[in-house]
Amino acid sequence: MPEHRIRGKVWILGDNVDTDQIIPARYLVTAEPEKLAPHFMENTIPGLASSISRGDIIVAGRNFGCGSSREHAVRAIQGCGVSLVIAKSFARIFFRNSINLGLPVIEADISVVEGAEVSVDMEKGTIAHGPETTKFEKYPEFLKKIVDSGSIINYAKEELLRQQSQS
Amino acid sequence: MVQTGKTAVEKVFSKKSGRDVRAGSIIEAEVDYVMVNDITGPPAMDAFSQLGVEPKKDKIVLIPDHFVPSKDIASATQSKKMRDFAWKYEMPNYFEVGRGGVCHQVMMEKGFATPGALIAGADSHTCTYGGLGAISVGIGSTEAGVIFGTGKMWFKVPETVRFDIDGPLDESVEGKDVILSVISRIGLEGGRYKCLEYRGSAIQQLGISDRMTIANMSSEAGAKCAFIPPDRKTEAYLEGRARNSWEFMDSDMDATYEQIIRIDASELEPVVSMPGSPANVKPVSEVDSEIDQAYIGSCTNGRIEDIRRAAAVLKGRKVHPRTRLIVVPSSQQVFEDAVSEGLVKIISEAGGYVSGPTCGACLGGYMGVLGPGEKCISSTNRNFLGRMGDKDSSVYLSNPSVVAASAVAGRIISPSEVLKVA
Repeated sequence: MPEHRIRGKVWILGDNVDTDQIIPARYLVTAEPEKLAPHFMENTIPGLASSISRGDIIVAGRNFGCGSSREHAVRAIQGCGVSLVIAKSFARIFFRNSINLGLPVIEADISVVEGAEVSVDMEKGTIAHGPETTKFEKYPEFLKKIVDSGSIINYAKEELLRQQSQS
Repeated sequence: MVQTGKTAVEKVFSKKSGRDVRAGSIIEAEVDYVMVNDITGPPAMDAFSQLGVEPKKDKIVLIPDHFVPSKDIASATQSKKMRDFAWKYEMPNYFEVGRGGVCHQVMMEKGFATPGALIAGADSHTCTYGGLGAISVGIGSTEAGVIFGTGKMWFKVPETVRFDIDGPLDESVEGKDVILSVISRIGLEGGRYKCLEYRGSAIQQLGISDRMTIANMSSEAGAKCAFIPPDRKTEAYLEGRARNSWEFMDSDMDATYEQIIRIDASELEPVVSMPGSPANVKPVSEVDSEIDQAYIGSCTNGRIEDIRRAAAVLKGRKVHPRTRLIVVPSSQQVFEDAVSEGLVKIISEAGGYVSGPTCGACLGGYMGVLGPGEKCISSTNRNFLGRMGDKDSSVYLSNPSVVAASAVAGRIISPSEVLKVA
């Protein structure tokens, strides 16, 4: 089971951050998070990748991760050590990829400044930021099973085992 | 409670999940095909190998296209991994360089996409097959790898937004102009998680190639899938191609739509997406920018119909001395047709460059990557910052006729302006 409490320092990103910005296509010659990470957002915010510390949280605007289906976008973010992405909304393939690879993602509209600390309780569905607490909608039951398994691979393996034991 | 009818996407997900499902349900569905390319394929293969099961070979389609023919050692290593996987498992549907092309074009040309099919593809433009009435959904690599082993995947059944596009289309207006106008109207997020259904007399008037372009760029509005009702033109396209039997299918008359948007087709005109966002659309008549490169290709507008349109503008004319024109057919079949129809000769005589099929520079891969400050007009699908090369380059999106006319003028221009000069 992944940690249900996540606490970290915030990096702010805007609306419609597309996957070409998150990880430019010329780096898609590897799928290793550590090799992708140094190039995270390099065209738009040079130096961001090296400034992010393990456990930090991204807080973004609307339609985060729009554009291509490249899972490398999620892997680059994971490679930077980001623990959680909060956005006003997510592009659908980015959202799927995050769930499937075990990167926690929350759809919520919170007002915080860069560098602020936020504290999230995935079980309760709350984000504490400064004196405020914002509630967010928790994952539907089916998605929660994948999230609790850690990744879609783990979930699929568990399902295959369950089917074998039944037959 | 009286249930209303179903949308096409609700029908397909009901059939493939074996349940009576509606928009909003999260379901597990049997997919007909799962497609991956040379970038998204290798992580899918890694994921699959962890499952410890045999692959569902008949469902898997492997199409290298993004960085093939390999552009460097790293990309060669990636496509070798895909090739080795294909040979190891004796995959029946692997399309080697010289026998395939851009994945979505191959999926349609080779008859994988049929009305009512459910296809998952690890590429965001998988929604293209909606142009033939298939429900096709872009997914990630890891989940594609899971489908390799299980043949199934989870989906949320989407709401449908219906576009009724009626009235006569001016002959200068192409499928690209229709979809760019739609994206301009609803924005990059306007179709997020939705099925975008296009119907009306203007859609019926358009050929399959233009319908594919419309379905293809639905992804730029955030859509999950697209749907255009199959008709006699669809049937003619599928004749001799379809790998499986299929039936005409459509949304019910009393289906529930999230929204119905009416568009008067007679008001549409050729348009250009200005650099930065596909939604940033202006009429071509209002754009005047010098360009360094003109590019025709990709799953969006690299079909034979697109190359014919470009050649019609280029015939007997020359590409502007300060501009280069690059034409990249979207498949080996398109390339062969372009040769046999004399289109390659016309483009070459105009001073344009024609390559074999690849995704190429559409995503800034190779074969026409942009340098700092360069401007390109392109028949492709995205113009985000740094999409086709340097972060300080810019991309204007348009239909292929506008690209060809702009190549001749050295600046963005309407084809009618170029064609009136003999």
